[in-house]
Amino acid sequence: MSEGTIRTLIMVDKQADRVVPPSGFTAQLTLFVSGAMAFLAVFALALSLASGRLADRWASELARAATLRINAPGDQVAAQTKTALTILRQTPGVAEVRALSREEQAALLAPWFGADLPLDALPVPQLIEIRGAEPGYDAQGLRLRLAAEVPGAVLDDHTRWREPLVDAANSLRRLALVSILLIGGATAAMITLAANAALAANAQVVEVLRLVGARDRYIAGAFVRRFTLRALIGAAVGVVLGMAGVMLLPEATDEGGFLTGLGFQGLGWLLPLVIPVLGAGVAFAATWAAARRTLKELS
Amino acid sequence: MIELENVGYSYGGGELLGDISVDLSPGSFHFLTGPSGSGKTTLLKLCYGALQATAGQVMGFGQDLRKLDRDQMALFRRRIGVVHQDCRFLDHLPLAENIALPLTVSGHGLAGQQDNLNELMAWVGLTKRAGALPPELSGGERQRAALARAVIMSPDVVLADEPTGNVDWEMSQRLLQLLIELNRMGKTILIATHDLSLIRAAKSQVQARVLRISNRRLQLAGADL
Ligand SMILES: Nc1ncnc2c1ncn2[C@@H]1O[C@H](COP(=O)(O)OP(=O)(O)OP(=O)(O)O)[C@@H](O)[C@H]1O
Ligand SMILES: [Mg+2]
Repeated sequence: MSEGTIRTLIMVDKQADRVVPPSGFTAQLTLFVSGAMAFLAVFALALSLASGRLADRWASELARAATLRINAPGDQVAAQTKTALTILRQTPGVAEVRALSREEQAALLAPWFGADLPLDALPVPQLIEIRGAEPGYDAQGLRLRLAAEVPGAVLDDHTRWREPLVDAANSLRRLALVSILLIGGATAAMITLAANAALAANAQVVEVLRLVGARDRYIAGAFVRRFTLRALIGAAVGVVLGMAGVMLLPEATDEGGFLTGLGFQGLGWLLPLVIPVLGAGVAFAATWAAARRTLKELS
Repeated sequence: MIELENVGYSYGGGELLGDISVDLSPGSFHFLTGPSGSGKTTLLKLCYGALQATAGQVMGFGQDLRKLDRDQMALFRRRIGVVHQDCRFLDHLPLAENIALPLTVSGHGLAGQQDNLNELMAWVGLTKRAGALPPELSGGERQRAALARAVIMSPDVVLADEPTGNVDWEMSQRLLQLLIELNRMGKTILIATHDLSLIRAAKSQVQARVLRISNRRLQLAGADL
C-alpha cells in the first residue's frame, strides 16, 4: 500500500462516497456487528482489568506471606515478641520481619470496633508481619521452633489458600484477553463478509466506474471509507452502552470481593474509548483486503 | 491513436471478427457500419479494452492494450470518451453527476468545471433534466447524456456506439454537429451506426471514412453511400 493509496483511501471525498449506492443490509449488518462486538469488548476489557488488579493484589498479599500472632498474658507479650523476632530473623528464607505498632493494630481493628478503641485495656495479641524471600522459608520447621520457644505464637500462613486464587485470577485475565482477540477476529470476519456482499451487489457500479476511468484505489476507497465509518459509529454506540452497563454494576467493596470490583477504575475508564478506534481499524483493513481481492476478480 | 493490427475476436460460438486492421489516426473521422450482430459493438469494445483480442494486437496511444495493468487501463480510458450502446449509468446518481463522473473519478472534481458541465448539458438539451435519475429518462435523453459524459473530459478519441439510435432526426443532427465540432478541434472520432442518412449528412461536412463489417472482415465502403 503506497502512501498515495492510503491518502486516497482516507481522504474524505463526498463525491467519491456517493458513487457507491447506499446499500441497506450490509450497512445495518456492519453497524450491528461492530456495536455488539464493542459492547462485548467493553465487558471483556473490564474483566481483564479487574482480574489483573485482583491477581496483583493477591500476589502482593502472597509476598507478604504470613503473620505471626503472639497471644500471651500482658506482661509476657513484650518478651515473647522479642524472642519471636530473633528467631524469625535467624530463619533462612525470611526476608523481613516487623512487629506492628500499636497504632497500626488499632487501625486494623477500627472497622470492627470503632476508632476510639482502648487498645491498652484489651488483651489484643501482638502481630508480626513476615515477608518471605525467594525461595520461601520452611513454615513447618518454623512452627516447631516457635512452639518450643514462644508458647503464645500462632503462625498464620496465607500462601496455601491465596496461591490458587492468584492462579485463577491470572487465568481469568488470560481468558478475557483471548476473548478480546476473538471479538476482534469475529468482527474482521463479519465485516469482510459484509464488504464482499456489498462489492458483489455493486459489480455493475464497479464496471461503470472502470469504464469512465476509475482506478481500483478510488473504487476501493469509496467502500473502505463507508465501512470504516459505519464500524466506528457502531462501535462507539456499543462502547457507550457497554460502559453504561459497567457503570451500573455495584461499587467495588472489600466485602463483595471480586464480583463488585468488576468496573473500571480511574484512568481505566478511558481505555474502552480505544475500542471504536480499533474497530474502525479492523474494518478498514478487512474492507481494504476484500476490495482489493474482489476488484482483482472482477477484472 | 488507436490501431488494430490483424485483430481477431472469437468466443465460444466461433470467430466473430477476423484479420481486422485499421488505424484511427489523429484527427480522423470514421463510421463503422454493418448488419445487426455483425460485431460493431464488439469491435469498439476491443478498441477501449473492454474485450481482449484473441488474435493480433490493439495499440492505444502506442501501447499494447493487452500489456496494460488495471491502473494503466484506467488512465488509458480517461483519454477516450465512449458512448456505450446501452449507455451504462449509475442509476442512483442524478444525471448531472453521471455526466460529470469521468471528472469525479479522475480526481479533478467539479471545481472550475461547473460552467463546462452546464454548457454541455445545454448543448444536449438536458438542462432541465439535470436532477433526474437515469431510469427516469427516455432512451433519447439517455443517449444525449451518454454523449455528454463521453466528451466532458475533452478526450483525444471519441468512440460512439449508435449515438443517435433513439433520437429524432433533428436531435441526431445536433449530436452529429457536436461530434463534427470535436473533430474540427482535432479529436479522433469513430461512430458505429446503421443510420446511412447520418453518414451522408456527415460526409457533406467532414472527410469521413466509412468502414463496413461484412462476413467477419472489415471493408472500406465505396461511394455507394
Ligand atoms: N462472449 C460472447 N458470448 C456470446 N455471444 C457473443 C459474445 N460476444 C459476441 N457475441 C455475439 O456476437 C454478435 C455480435 O455482437 P455485437 O454486439 O458486436 O453486434 P453489433 O454489430 O453491435 O449489433 P447491433 O447492430 O445489433 O448493435 C452477437 O450475435 C453476439 O451475441
Ligand atoms: Mg452494437
